[in-house]
Amino acid sequence: MKIRVKLYASLAEHLPAGTKGNETDLEVAADATPATVIAQLGLPEKMCHLVLLNGVYVEPSARAATSIRDGDALAMWPPVAGG
Amino acid sequence: MAWARRILRVNLTKGTCTHEPLNMDWAKRYLGQRGLATKYLTEEIDPKVDPLDPGNKLIMATGPLTGTCASTAGRYSVITKGALTGAIACSNSGGFFGNEMKNAGLDMIIFEGRATSPVYLFIDNDDCQLLDASGYWGTSVWDTEEGIKEAHGDPQIRVASIGVAGEKGVKFACVVNDMHRAAGRSGVGTVMGSKNLKAVAIRGTKGVSVDDMPAFLKAAAAGKAVLADNAVTGQGLPAYGTQVLMNVINETGALPTRNHRDIQFEGASKISAEAMAEPRESDGKPNLVRNAACFGCTIACGRVSTIDRTHYTVVDRPQYQKASGGLEYEAAWALGAATGVDDLDALTFANFICNEQGIDPISFGATVGAAMEMFEDGVITTKEAGGIDVKFGSAKALTDLAELCGRGEGFGAEIGLGSKLLCEKYGKPELSMSVKGQEFPAYDGRGIQGMGLTYATSNRGACHLRSYTVASEILGIPEKTDPLVTDGKAGLVKAFQDATAAVDSAGICVFTTFAWTLEDIAPQIDAACEGDWSVEALLATGERIWNLERQFNLAAGFTGKDDNLPPRLMKDAAKTGPAKGLTSGLDKMLPEYYQLRGWSKDGVPTNETVSRLEL
Repeated sequence: MKIRVKLYASLAEHLPAGTKGNETDLEVAADATPATVIAQLGLPEKMCHLVLLNGVYVEPSARAATSIRDGDALAMWPPVAGG
Repeated sequence: MAWARRILRVNLTKGTCTHEPLNMDWAKRYLGQRGLATKYLTEEIDPKVDPLDPGNKLIMATGPLTGTCASTAGRYSVITKGALTGAIACSNSGGFFGNEMKNAGLDMIIFEGRATSPVYLFIDNDDCQLLDASGYWGTSVWDTEEGIKEAHGDPQIRVASIGVAGEKGVKFACVVNDMHRAAGRSGVGTVMGSKNLKAVAIRGTKGVSVDDMPAFLKAAAAGKAVLADNAVTGQGLPAYGTQVLMNVINETGALPTRNHRDIQFEGASKISAEAMAEPRESDGKPNLVRNAACFGCTIACGRVSTIDRTHYTVVDRPQYQKASGGLEYEAAWALGAATGVDDLDALTFANFICNEQGIDPISFGATVGAAMEMFEDGVITTKEAGGIDVKFGSAKALTDLAELCGRGEGFGAEIGLGSKLLCEKYGKPELSMSVKGQEFPAYDGRGIQGMGLTYATSNRGACHLRSYTVASEILGIPEKTDPLVTDGKAGLVKAFQDATAAVDSAGICVFTTFAWTLEDIAPQIDAACEGDWSVEALLATGERIWNLERQFNLAAGFTGKDDNLPPRLMKDAAKTGPAKGLTSGLDKMLPEYYQLRGWSKDGVPTNETVSRLEL
């Protein structure tokens, strides 16, 4: 199935070569979870600080157990803040 | 120690400058800066005074840590009754001015009365003079600052000044120091302008002492190590600045868009931190030049940027082709998402103008957003807008209005009323996205429920910096809470409000609290200052300050009914994102908040609370 992956700040370096902007479509396994996508993209786990599935926060402890569906959007950031 | 133990009272009516000893009894109960200056103000002015009346006073105040080697310890605040709100106003700024003021041996400068003609205050350590500013009146912050330094032949003088907007009575005028750091909100610059006070210029070399130097150096070093080791303050903020939030908040469905009609902006990625770092087509250089730090800061979140020289705003205008301050997140949101404009260079230009003429980009952008909605609804016409098509998404309208508002001219002067008065004028008060007359910043109270309560109860009108629950609800600092629920938010908001009031009174930046808790801050204050400054003492001080501000507002005429949100947030459900279908749950949170505060059901501190806090 295909999902939309969005990688921001320093994580953007891990987007496939030639990606324009911060997001791309990604073919993933039918049983994909945020944890498997992180592994598939070779992202350093501790840099995946903020993980949002369709805008909803995924706890670190829930990343391996949260199912992703076809067409979902998975967005990730390293530790960031603002105000 | 740490306190200079001295204030300067400047009577602008009489033209006198007099040093006085600091009231140390008050210092030990209100710490400094925000808290201590609020104590002075509330003791000295009639709460019902018109903010622009000479009877209102304006205080510039440092904290006890200002000017020390604690990280970020360069802060000062401007405290007055706000021109935009009629409520207590306290606007905090970084840069280098606060350090210079403290090094001139000043905890506070109290301005009272009104000068008969424009003046500026010049301080050279113990020497204080009111000087003629008629040559600077009508000029920008940038020209004023450069002119004063040149006139005194000293580039190391630090200057805080107002632009033309503050002179012309734009309701959300700022006090700008060091060219692009601002005491930005609530119209503190408008009050300064009403006093015919153009600028304060300081050279201070007296030094700052602390109570227990070895203990202080140890505590300050430990604090810096915590900031350096923390991924947010050590890496995220210096590399990406606050602007990295643009995509975060958009993705979470809490980015107010087009005057809060929507909560996700399709152009967010074009005006984000990532966009600022993208090389542009014309010259291959990015908008972002480098990061920047205020005095003593070991985080360095500030942004310095340039505008594409081929952009319509700067062609043949070399003064705007140089690198300057911004964009920071709040400004980028207000100038961008709130107006539907996704032209990064136009936003950068509008932000430069805000700095140059001293206007708050949050209130300016949000008010333009309200005007755009009224324009779209046919309430405001092109003719009324002085020939400008004030359409959502129009970069030209945004930049034209920034220049007009900065000069207080044409339809820009109407924008300068702020959204509350502007929307009332055109018969659409419900379209002002404000609380107590101050416009919302960059988070939607439907998508981040705690921020709805934060805005409703903020003593200076809608503000994110009074209790930044975004840290918890979105970023997981210090622990993650669900942004879509109301449970627990009353306690969360109160905790953030009290802790922030203490931090704002110390002379340090609230951004340290992305890494520091009060456990990191208390040892630094305790070593620097006489007395007990434990975590418990700081929290008690913060709560005391919050209630003092509340009492002032109640005496000024505000009531619990002003702890409210616009109908749009209470009745119109979010259309997209995780918050789809939600309105603000303020009605659920507010009674619990009052109870936790020890206030009556009408929002008035009970006698027991007043007694407990020794108010």
